Amino acid sequence: MTPTVEEVHRAEFGRVVAALAGRFGDLDLAEECTQEAFVEAVRRWPEEGTPPNPGGWLTVVARNKALDRLRRESTRQARHEEAHVLHDASHDTPGPPSSVVDDRLRLLFTCCHPALAPEARVALTLRLLGGLTVPEVARAFLVEERTMAQRITRAKRKIAAARIPYRVPSDAELPDRLPAVLAVVYLVFTEGHLPGDGAEEVRADLTGEAIRLGRLLRTLMPDEPEVAGLLALMLLTEARRAARFDGGRLVPLAEQDRSLWDAALVAEGHALVRECLRRNRPGHHQLVAAVNAVHTDAATAADTDWRQVVALYDRMLVATPTPVVTLNRAVAVAEVDGPAAGLALVDDLPGLDGYHPFHATRADLLRRLGRRDEALAAYDRALGLATNPGERAFLTARRTEVVDGP
Amino acid sequence: MTQYLMSVWHENDDEVYASEEEMQQAFADTGRFNDELQAEGHWVFAGGLHPPSTATVVDGTGADVVMTDGPFSEAKEQIGGFWVVEAPDLDAALALAARGSKACRGRVEVRPFQGE
Repeated sequence: MTPTVEEVHRAEFGRVVAALAGRFGDLDLAEECTQEAFVEAVRRWPEEGTPPNPGGWLTVVARNKALDRLRRESTRQARHEEAHVLHDASHDTPGPPSSVVDDRLRLLFTCCHPALAPEARVALTLRLLGGLTVPEVARAFLVEERTMAQRITRAKRKIAAARIPYRVPSDAELPDRLPAVLAVVYLVFTEGHLPGDGAEEVRADLTGEAIRLGRLLRTLMPDEPEVAGLLALMLLTEARRAARFDGGRLVPLAEQDRSLWDAALVAEGHALVRECLRRNRPGHHQLVAAVNAVHTDAATAADTDWRQVVALYDRMLVATPTPVVTLNRAVAVAEVDGPAAGLALVDDLPGLDGYHPFHATRADLLRRLGRRDEALAAYDRALGLATNPGERAFLTARRTEVVDGP
Repeated sequence: MTQYLMSVWHENDDEVYASEEEMQQAFADTGRFNDELQAEGHWVFAGGLHPPSTATVVDGTGADVVMTDGPFSEAKEQIGGFWVVEAPDLDAALALAARGSKACRGRVEVRPFQGE
């Protein structure tokens, strides 16, 4: 089966933009000419057939369009740089040069540069590397299309005007720069995994896109354990997708039908976690992935090695001592030492009053302790903050159980 | 090469320095940083400014020229000084700004000049 233009679009858009950006150093030109090349593909492929190397075809067409533009623009003042570009173009060959991979990595680091606002980093990455349209990016983040278009335009203008470099940071800079890239990918994933827009329980298009970016990073930076950790974490979470909702209602981990888990994704995630263990350079994403590996390793919820989970959260707390990590650790402690021990850890936590998982966790622990009134109050707080329809349905059902109680 | 304005901003009513000694140290460090900028070839121009209360605003956009005492805006933050530097890209300029900020004990805004 030859791929359709849509399939090629997802796979190749970022690659073509990256190649052109690397060649011409101009993101606008790269984006527009890539777009035009796809328009031409939509027109020609159905009649002429999909070319054997669609990515190569698109890159050549887009590159020629860019060269045409530059020629037209340079008729009045021939600039030295352009003469150089035109000279280079005389030996156009479609084969993918080895630097294509580096181009995409460069593009990713440019899109995620710390001088750009975090929301602009996510938007640019999805638009330029993910090939999502501006309306699609706007919908992903509940922003008006016009606002999102401006955000992307502004970011591109800043990259050009301030000369944000188009390169992969040096090894010395990498520890400072890689986390921002991983954060963008993870943000795309969580937005798909548990969308907060109140419309859908899950956005598989976004989780899929994040995993694709994660796989790309993994290919491009095979020796970075946090890259492997992030990919493992996403795969092990995605593996449970089919079991996470039942009739639009969130199913907690302990009650999920484990036969619905995607065994191939679980196996791939476990292999990555084992690789991280061998490398022994732990980081936050790797530890979260390891927690997920413990869960997906258990045949039944009762088989879960909760002591191991607590130990992993202990290590995470050393590196990332945040209230959210403490909260997640408390859930595991409740399984080992009982809900009272978990609740004691949760009740002291500062700064989480606006975070619905805090109230949902308290509600569950209070419910298990038989403290009905307090549990109901906590469910009400959680329901006042939660926006995901599947999660709201779950919390509402639990609350009803407590009301009807034994 | 791109030229960047690196401006130093202070909160209006802030005592910029904790003590006389710290002020002297900041001046000395900034002087040394200026020397380094020149030696490394980044230097274009730099200067410190008197406080915002010494400023006068001139408006020649209407029929008459109008002069007003005081800084242009009542913004919480005011410019205290600046460098103009030359750097190959933003990463290089940001690295210079980090050194400048440390030297002068102030936050620095980095902004590119328009070319040609």
